[in-house]
Amino acid sequence: MLRFVIRRGLQLFIAMFVLSVLLFVWLRSLPGGPVTALLGERGTPESTAALREALGLDEPLHVQYLRFLQRALEGDFGISNGVLRGAEAIDVFLTRLPATIELSIFALLIAVTLAIPLGYVAARRHGSALDTGSVIGSLVGVAVPVFFLAFVLKYFFAIRWGLLPPSGRQSVSIDATHVTGFFVLDGILTGEWDAAWDSFRHLILPAIALSSIPFAVIFRINRASVLDVLDEDYVRTARAKGLQAPVVRQRHVMRNALIPVVTTIGLQIGALLAGAVLTETVFNFQGIGQALALGFETRDYPVLQVLIMMAALIYIIVNLLVDIAYAVIDPRVRTR
Amino acid sequence: MINRKVAAIAGATVLALVLTSCASDRDGDDTNTGTDDGSGGGDTGGGASDATFVFGAAGAPASFDPFYASDGETFRITRQIYDNLIEYEEGGAAPGPGLAESWESSEDGLTWTFALREGVTFHDGTEFNAEAVCANFERWFNQNEVGQNAAVSYYWAADFGGFAGDGTDSLYDSCEATDDLTAVVTVTRVTSKFPTILGQAAYGIASPAALEEFNANDVAAEGEGFVFPAFATENPTGSGAFIFDSYDEANGTITLVRNEDYWGESAGVAELVFRIIPDENTRRQELEAGTIQGYDLPNPVDWAALEEAGNNVQVRPAFNILYLGLNPTTMPALTDDRVRQALYHAINREQLVASQLPEGAEVATQMMPSAVAGYNTELTAFEYSPELAQQLLADAGMSDLAIDLWYPTEVTRPYMPDPQRIYDSIRADWEAVGITVNPVAKPWNGGYLDGVQQDQAPAFFLGWTGDYDSAANFIGTFFESPENNFATHEYTWGQQLSDGLRAADSEPDEATREGLYEQLNADLMEYLPALAISHSPPAIVVAGNVEGLVPSPLTAENFATITITE
Repeated sequence: MLRFVIRRGLQLFIAMFVLSVLLFVWLRSLPGGPVTALLGERGTPESTAALREALGLDEPLHVQYLRFLQRALEGDFGISNGVLRGAEAIDVFLTRLPATIELSIFALLIAVTLAIPLGYVAARRHGSALDTGSVIGSLVGVAVPVFFLAFVLKYFFAIRWGLLPPSGRQSVSIDATHVTGFFVLDGILTGEWDAAWDSFRHLILPAIALSSIPFAVIFRINRASVLDVLDEDYVRTARAKGLQAPVVRQRHVMRNALIPVVTTIGLQIGALLAGAVLTETVFNFQGIGQALALGFETRDYPVLQVLIMMAALIYIIVNLLVDIAYAVIDPRVRTR
Repeated sequence: MINRKVAAIAGATVLALVLTSCASDRDGDDTNTGTDDGSGGGDTGGGASDATFVFGAAGAPASFDPFYASDGETFRITRQIYDNLIEYEEGGAAPGPGLAESWESSEDGLTWTFALREGVTFHDGTEFNAEAVCANFERWFNQNEVGQNAAVSYYWAADFGGFAGDGTDSLYDSCEATDDLTAVVTVTRVTSKFPTILGQAAYGIASPAALEEFNANDVAAEGEGFVFPAFATENPTGSGAFIFDSYDEANGTITLVRNEDYWGESAGVAELVFRIIPDENTRRQELEAGTIQGYDLPNPVDWAALEEAGNNVQVRPAFNILYLGLNPTTMPALTDDRVRQALYHAINREQLVASQLPEGAEVATQMMPSAVAGYNTELTAFEYSPELAQQLLADAGMSDLAIDLWYPTEVTRPYMPDPQRIYDSIRADWEAVGITVNPVAKPWNGGYLDGVQQDQAPAFFLGWTGDYDSAANFIGTFFESPENNFATHEYTWGQQLSDGLRAADSEPDEATREGLYEQLNADLMEYLPALAISHSPPAIVVAGNVEGLVPSPLTAENFATITITE
């Protein structure tokens, strides 16, 4: 067992190392750069050269990389020169991560609470107008680009009717204390109910926009799954032996139908993080998705490196934990 | 399979919680400090409005120390916090009194005596006086190695050209406080720029006590970025109409509060908030929703709709130039005068300006706008004549001329609201006279600027917004060094042009200097290193209930004059 863990841990290091090299080289091979972003049309040959030198960008790539690696091993991932100039790149990530997690959780909650009942009802009334309508609706949900949906939502709910704020995480008039960085949770923890409510209102539109994709997928999987289960022998048996309809539904249909749905929800988490880049940009939601977009615009190498490496690290560690858990359960895995 | 996914979710959540609990400590501290500071200034105001003005900023400021900045987002904020010795007149570009009530120079133009305003205090309660002025000059001059970088102290490097101990000639020589309210600044050579340059946001006068306490000069280069000291990030201390309160990085807002002890008229709003909203469409929507009260550089195509919705689109006087630069490095044919003239004659600029640029835009007759001293009023717009263009090309044996025309994507500039449309218009004009135009479209920061600065683009669009009223800031910036975007060293007149610009800049007599610049502007229209296209007015938009904002040609608006009506 220990050998297995060590081996996987080693693989993690190799994966991160290879990724860091590729990322480092790829970012620097993009046309443009931080020097151009900082100087714009004011750049002269002298100021451009001076800035490249000060940022260490004039040195050979391998020298730059080794310096980066040395610093990174000491926990220093560089200083932002675009997204939040002067801040530690890792702090940019840490400050913005709660926003993205908060948004993703709300989006997933919306998707799940709507898609599961609706999928169930659609399957039960298979072929009805409601069923057809929801299937078409879910197709639209997948097909409509997030930014378009975001625009429509903003136009009606924020501008036309003024029901919700058009963008941001919190109104400027709110004097809130931040404890965890999850603004809604902060409001609840500190008892600042106006802050919690205000942040919640800011979450609604981006969360709806972001939920459109997982909603459609979960709805369709759930509907198909319920349809399958309704045809199963054990459901027929349960009915035949005279169980009451609600009991059959809850105990036999719903339970079994939900198994593939849970799997799907897990798979959607990656899609949520990807969708966050667009949603956060459109709704000026200060999360890592927006930071990624801004980072590319300004060629903020340190911030881009941290954001992408951290995303990869989280992904790899989670998978590692899962594999270790499997190995504990199933001894055959250890020898593979 | 389920176990795997459940474990994945659980793992991600745990990791996320661990990571974010680290981050949250920092946030908490920041916010608390901010709030405590904020309560200081607000309560003493007698009868003034307690309104808040929220402005949508397009990006985060570099820091709150203008000396280490060169970007508009930083200056818009620091201008409200600091006063300058010299302030440009409201709504104009001419220098006027600021913290200095008046100034005069010695006969030789090297010694400048500033009579300072009495009764000014900095935000930390310390007194403004001649010692403070000299402390600021000395602070600017005595930078560490990183601070001496031409990109870190951009304006000083561009205007004064050297620092203490760097072995180069600096324009700055010394500063002496001859009495409490008299500061005497000595410069090493005569230049048209001094003392007008002191009105630029970069030269905001800071409290010497705060500069020292918060180690203002300890700028450092680390890990591919610059780390700014506490003065720049948390304790910017000037004497302006607004006091820095807090920067909420998690929420992207910067809050300033009214300086109740301001020496001039107090600000019309109690709080000034800058909300960072990088996306322009979102800024417009926020204004429409009433959650911000203004933003800068609205797209000209939105002006009418914004006005119709009850907002106030304030068009600034055009203090910029859009030009089509030519660079013969990769295209020697351009060194033939007739080719450059032909390219210019072929462009229908009247139509371009009328159809592609906002209302108020003008056809340029020279490489700088009319408000700048040294503008040559006798020059007329270069004639639009396709026939003449064809004739000139035929004479030069270039009837089958092909040219790479570069234009930037993913950008709008105040002088160039929509590069693609300007490109389309000029391509059509050139093709009409038989020139083959090869489009080269590159992202602004994705090859465009780099290519232009590295002499790769034979024809390109670029421009400039003036920092202050000075011909040196326009044509001097473009052509004084022969190693420029136009590679003027390739031409026979390149060195002569550089020398002429240097001579004009160091001419002490104002009338003579203006005459020299007028002649240089005329020469430039003969030389044609670049084709002057247009001057395009940039706008700033505020909500209908916002009054008192005076649009500035330098885009240097003072937000203290703003009031908000219910």
